[in-house]
Amino acid sequence: MTSSEMMLHPGLLLIAGGLLLAFVRGSARSVLAVLVPAVALFFVWQVGDGVFGRVGFLDYQLEFVRGDRLARVFATIFTLMALVGGVFALKQESRIEVPAAFVYAGSAVGAVFAGDLVTLFLFWELMAVGSTLVIWAGGASARAASMRYLMVHLFGGVILMAGITGHVAAGGSLSFEAMQADSVAHWLILIGFLINAGAPPFSAWLPDAYPEASWSGTVFLSAFTTKTAVYVLLRGFPGTEILIPIGLYMVFYGIVYAILENDMRRILAYSIINQVGFMVTGIGIGTEMALNGAAAHAFAHIIYKALLLMSAGAVLYRTGKRKCTDLGGLFQSMPLTTICGTIGALAISAFPLTSGFTTKSMISQSAANEHMMLVWLLLAAASAGVFLHAGIKFPWFVFFQKDSGMRPKDPPASMGWAMIVFSAFCIGLGCYPDPLYAILPYPVDYHPYTGAHVVSQLQLLLFSGLAFFLLLNYLKRTLTITLDLDWFYRVLGPDVALGLAEGVAGGLAAFGRGAVGVFDSIRTVIFRHYGPSGVLARTWLSGQMVLWVAILLLMYLVLFYVPG
Amino acid sequence: MHWLVRPENIRKLWIAFIAILVLTVLAEFFVESHPHFGIDALPAFNAWFGFIGCVILVFGSKLLGMWLKRPDDYYDKQ
Repeated sequence: MTSSEMMLHPGLLLIAGGLLLAFVRGSARSVLAVLVPAVALFFVWQVGDGVFGRVGFLDYQLEFVRGDRLARVFATIFTLMALVGGVFALKQESRIEVPAAFVYAGSAVGAVFAGDLVTLFLFWELMAVGSTLVIWAGGASARAASMRYLMVHLFGGVILMAGITGHVAAGGSLSFEAMQADSVAHWLILIGFLINAGAPPFSAWLPDAYPEASWSGTVFLSAFTTKTAVYVLLRGFPGTEILIPIGLYMVFYGIVYAILENDMRRILAYSIINQVGFMVTGIGIGTEMALNGAAAHAFAHIIYKALLLMSAGAVLYRTGKRKCTDLGGLFQSMPLTTICGTIGALAISAFPLTSGFTTKSMISQSAANEHMMLVWLLLAAASAGVFLHAGIKFPWFVFFQKDSGMRPKDPPASMGWAMIVFSAFCIGLGCYPDPLYAILPYPVDYHPYTGAHVVSQLQLLLFSGLAFFLLLNYLKRTLTITLDLDWFYRVLGPDVALGLAEGVAGGLAAFGRGAVGVFDSIRTVIFRHYGPSGVLARTWLSGQMVLWVAILLLMYLVLFYVPG
Repeated sequence: MHWLVRPENIRKLWIAFIAILVLTVLAEFFVESHPHFGIDALPAFNAWFGFIGCVILVFGSKLLGMWLKRPDDYYDKQ
């Protein structure tokens, strides 16, 4: 195929649309906010298989767009997310947020269509800029978090660039293909990818930054960065075994921290890491079914996680409150939000008839097929834990539990419709997953609705529900946060730096004093010899001068005639 | 008072919930299962495994929380 067959790059279209949106107001802005991602979604499906838009760069050929099944699945869900997120954010008053979110979404689309590592890196960095602006638009309280977020991602970008440089220097092709974690360069690339996925020890940036964005900003943020990381791991490191323990760690990290958390949007942020953990585990298992499962789960996850964060955003929009301890009883006056939030909660828990059931189960099924008993058992326990921390905990503490006395209304129509559309997707993909299965990277031979699967999943989830209500006293929310590894760069690092600065400052002062002393003594010596009465500054008599010259001449002659 | 929060209805909800739990366990005998490992062939495996898993997760989290929990204005004071 030639480049002329591809009319428009959907990622660049979103980016350009986002930049244009920053200068438009009123109803034109609303029309653009819906039209741009809709057109981008159309063009995603105009990208055929193959490489388009080759660009020469130094001695290399960049493959600006490479279309295949894997790229299209992710580009589809990214543009769909931008579209429904754009509708949800129509009431957003910040003039920066939605334009930044479209640049962010467009660069995520650009990254998944990138055929080479340099193009991937460019879009990767642009994503960091776009997402930082989305957080930054959340207001004064979000500024510090947005800077911490940017630092982590620029650091990840440096590691990724170092890896790419090493890979190319070692004679590797610039084209982005599957690699093995077999050299320092490839490890650096893998680490760069994993930092964006929220893998340990860099998980804390996500729950630190995302919940600080506005009521609509967090919805966009939940979708692109971590799932682009899932995409590059799927493409770059399928079947890399180290990803299994990393993924399992993320799964349980997310559950434990979400159980301890009080802020409703931070609960959901931790559960992003939990869900991405399932995908990373699937990529580590690496069979066609597991990779399909990871891609399908990413697709379904973006929808139900956005839906959950939309319901939380609606609560925040109406009440201005984020903490579970301040919320409760909202189901009485926010029925639509409660129903949509609960559908999202059931979908993330993989309840039968929801999208989680038809996608996530492919990952655990592939663990069973590979006879990985421990992995399978841990994934089953984690599925129970997901229902515990997100499936019940989130709707229970926000919409039910004790009555907070607040009676806020459901949100405006634009937000309501966005929630309804994504709720429909959650149930639609749960009842009829075939259209999603049809666009997955590999052929699908999987039937989620067997009697045994439905019954075992219902047992697992409902008895987790029983555990939740029996242990409710132990799950009461407190006004606390839970320390994470970001403590090292938020408290210990600055403390050490401050201590060092003080030490260095003290040292410099001591050095200064010492230096002054040394200079003083040097000055004294010089003064003694060169001062007005110094031996070298005295006015000498001519006779003495002649004598000294004679002595010097003599010494010269002696040295000259000393037999060699 | 909303009907969903009246004590007598909460009691009814509990009864319904327990009935559903019993049904899901009984349903196991009417479906054809294909256990992959020995352990998942045990009776009502998913029911007790899910329950015990959640109990361990809750108390494990509590234990970790005792060590790592801080007041939620911790970082503001730093």
